[in-house]
Amino acid sequence: MRGFLLNRLSQSLVLLLIVSVIGFVVLNLIPGGPLAQFGLDPSMTQDDLDRLKEQLGLNRPLWMQYLDWAWRLVQGDWGHSFRDGAPVLDVIGRHIFATLLLMGSSTVIAIAVGTWIGIRGATHRYSVFDYLGTVGAMVALSIPTFWFGLIGIYVFSLQLGWLPAGNMYTIGDGSALNYMHHLILPSIVLALVHVAIWSRYMRSATLDVISQEFVKTARAKGLSERRILMKHVVGNALLPMITLAGVQLPSVLTGALVTETVFTWPGMGRLFLDSLGYSDYPVVMGLLMFSAILVILGNLIADIAVAVIDPRIRLS
Amino acid sequence: MTKDFTTGSTYSRRDALRLMAAGGVACFAAPNLFGKPAFAQNPPTTPTGRVVVGLSQEPTVFNPLMAHTEVDDALHFSVFDALFRMDPKGVLQPNLAAEVPTQKNGGISQDGLQWRIRLRDDVRWHDGEPFTAEDVKFTLELVTNPNFRAWRTSGHSLVRDIKVVSPTEITWRMESVFAPYLSFLAETFMVPKHILEKEADPNAAAFNQTPVGTGAFKWAQRIAGDHIELVANADYFGEGPYVERLVLKYIPDMTVLYTQFVSGDIDLVDQAYITADHYEEASKLPGRVVTLEPGASVESIYLNLEKPQFKDPAVRQALYAAIDRKTIIDAIYYGIHKPTETFMPQNSYYYNPDLPAQEYSIDKARQILDEAGWVPGSDGIRAKDGVRLSFSNATTAGNNLREQVQQFLQQSFAEIGVEMTISNLPGAVMWGDFWLKSQFDSAISGVTNVIAADPDVTNRLHTSAIVAKGGKGSNTGQYSNPEVDALLEKGARTFDPEARRAIYLRVQEIVRQDLPFLPLFAYTNVFGRKEGLEGFEANSNTRVASWHAAAWHWKS
Repeated sequence: MRGFLLNRLSQSLVLLLIVSVIGFVVLNLIPGGPLAQFGLDPSMTQDDLDRLKEQLGLNRPLWMQYLDWAWRLVQGDWGHSFRDGAPVLDVIGRHIFATLLLMGSSTVIAIAVGTWIGIRGATHRYSVFDYLGTVGAMVALSIPTFWFGLIGIYVFSLQLGWLPAGNMYTIGDGSALNYMHHLILPSIVLALVHVAIWSRYMRSATLDVISQEFVKTARAKGLSERRILMKHVVGNALLPMITLAGVQLPSVLTGALVTETVFTWPGMGRLFLDSLGYSDYPVVMGLLMFSAILVILGNLIADIAVAVIDPRIRLS
Repeated sequence: MTKDFTTGSTYSRRDALRLMAAGGVACFAAPNLFGKPAFAQNPPTTPTGRVVVGLSQEPTVFNPLMAHTEVDDALHFSVFDALFRMDPKGVLQPNLAAEVPTQKNGGISQDGLQWRIRLRDDVRWHDGEPFTAEDVKFTLELVTNPNFRAWRTSGHSLVRDIKVVSPTEITWRMESVFAPYLSFLAETFMVPKHILEKEADPNAAAFNQTPVGTGAFKWAQRIAGDHIELVANADYFGEGPYVERLVLKYIPDMTVLYTQFVSGDIDLVDQAYITADHYEEASKLPGRVVTLEPGASVESIYLNLEKPQFKDPAVRQALYAAIDRKTIIDAIYYGIHKPTETFMPQNSYYYNPDLPAQEYSIDKARQILDEAGWVPGSDGIRAKDGVRLSFSNATTAGNNLREQVQQFLQQSFAEIGVEMTISNLPGAVMWGDFWLKSQFDSAISGVTNVIAADPDVTNRLHTSAIVAKGGKGSNTGQYSNPEVDALLEKGARTFDPEARRAIYLRVQEIVRQDLPFLPLFAYTNVFGRKEGLEGFEANSNTRVASWHAAAWHWKS
């Protein structure tokens, strides 16, 4: 276990290094840069732009900028946002709650509903339910989220008036009920795609397990179908799902670009889009490193969890 | 100018001119003369209610002296005050200053170099400290502090020998005469010395996250990525505020911004306003007031005059004649924008209404090119002396209305034997070096040429403003005309509005004749607010709708 962790750690550091170099170079290759937003300002002169460039350290060679950034990062200084001057970790911290709330609730919906549809689809293979599930999943996967979002807002907010047209809460009303009211539409819209993915994976995992010898043995022993399903099938079918959950963990914290924009949700996805739009290098790099670390952690946790649950697997 | 519903004042542009010429004296006698709506007679005695303003970009720069974009102005105008304020008629009004200095009232010396500003004595910062001339000195010095990431330094860099004569009087000397500086000062918000002088690094000051000003609203809180909340400053020295809370809400998508206006989540739509395609629907919404307000930007095709295709004036004239502007405005922009012949905003005092109107005629365009010796080649594209009339056109990728305009122009130009290819770029790329360093053939851009209401366009049209030739400015089309240069230099040294008007009318005449860029239309913005929100007035001399939230109140 210890050797496994050390091995993983060293691999991860190399990975982070590669990600950061590629990210930094690609980001700086995009012409324009953080000062492009002032290009149409009638009152700013080239002098002003040159001065800002120097003050932000952007006139130095790229490798020097990278080393400076990386050295500070190693020391725990993630830098300051070009936009509002706040430390990058503060900027991330200000957006993470909104994302956690939205992604958390949509993931719970997605896992619960997706697992149920998947198992039922597998046990009632080729039934009407199974066909509906399959078609529904295909539809949910092929229709863009923003379209679902806008249709949802149009129907439930503008026409029926049941749900708010976006935002995390009504300004001036910070009650839990108000948050929940605002959460319904975006979390369901976001969950749709994830339900589709989960149900498909769960269905095929369950089908795999059902055809195994030990299930036949259990049946031969005379166990009830219900008991076979709960005790032998579901447990085994869930194992690959743990890996899937590990892969999806980063997205719970890095947010959903489209859904957060349509529902004006102040989360990490929108932070990323905005920071990219303004070429806010420190924040974009911070988000990149943050999500890279999450991906590594997510996979690590999944591997350990699988090993803990399934005694046949040994980490080495 | 703005529509009647917003202005109860009855003075005309001519009166405004007299005011300008007479300096701030008249204004001092009636400091709230400007733009006070007739129906704002009965605002509440204590600030009540809340107004939620929708913005399509997030305000993030709260120190008004730091580099920022127009969306940050929405906050600066409410939290801070400048020495003067540019009113909707383009007339400077005293704000923190007790009067607008002029050569007539002695505030500016006859040679234009000595400036004296008298300040109000009843202004306090939000933390209770008095505002004095020391704060003005500190502000002007901070802007030119080489370590400070200041927004712009034009004008400020000419200020020398700042002297605080008394808490309510300050003087300085200008290195050279620069009349537009008055307008620059109208957009230079004062910051508190007693807070910022303690900071080692003004770029990283706590003040930049929780600003303290003298304005009608005080900073309350910010939910990053979502909104900023301001509360009424009960001790405000000027008119208002009448609403208790002002919320600046960030809505990242133009369609969603409009949707939230329909659903009632926001009370007023600010930058970048309601899109043209929603205008008709919006104007029929119950309980909403939707109006068309002239903006300061002009949409034009910018020609890179150093490219051989565009050196011949005949080519520029022919291209201009081949543009069916009426169809572009009506069919693509829903008829809301106005045709124009000049870079000057149409409601400016300096606007020249007598320029020859463009006439759309494919035949005339062909004739101009024929006469100038541009002969169609075997591929139908005209050429002369080895130069083919073929060029690319660029603008922000994803701006679908502009992309339609490009396709339309492409067809029109093809009819006269001119080939235009379309190669659009993402915004950050387009408006970077590609634009600033004149790397384009031609570009479509909506540009604001004037600063506050000052007509000085040196930065756009003077030869010294061509960056590609080592200049400092944003003359990206590389326009160079010695006569215009001389006029612009004269205009920047002239304080008298009438004398300046003559200069800038002539500049517009020459530019219309030279056609360094081809004007498509003057922007009109679609403003929207809830019925019952009173005291609102549009001001095209500022960059935001929320330039004077102090006067807003809900109908009781």
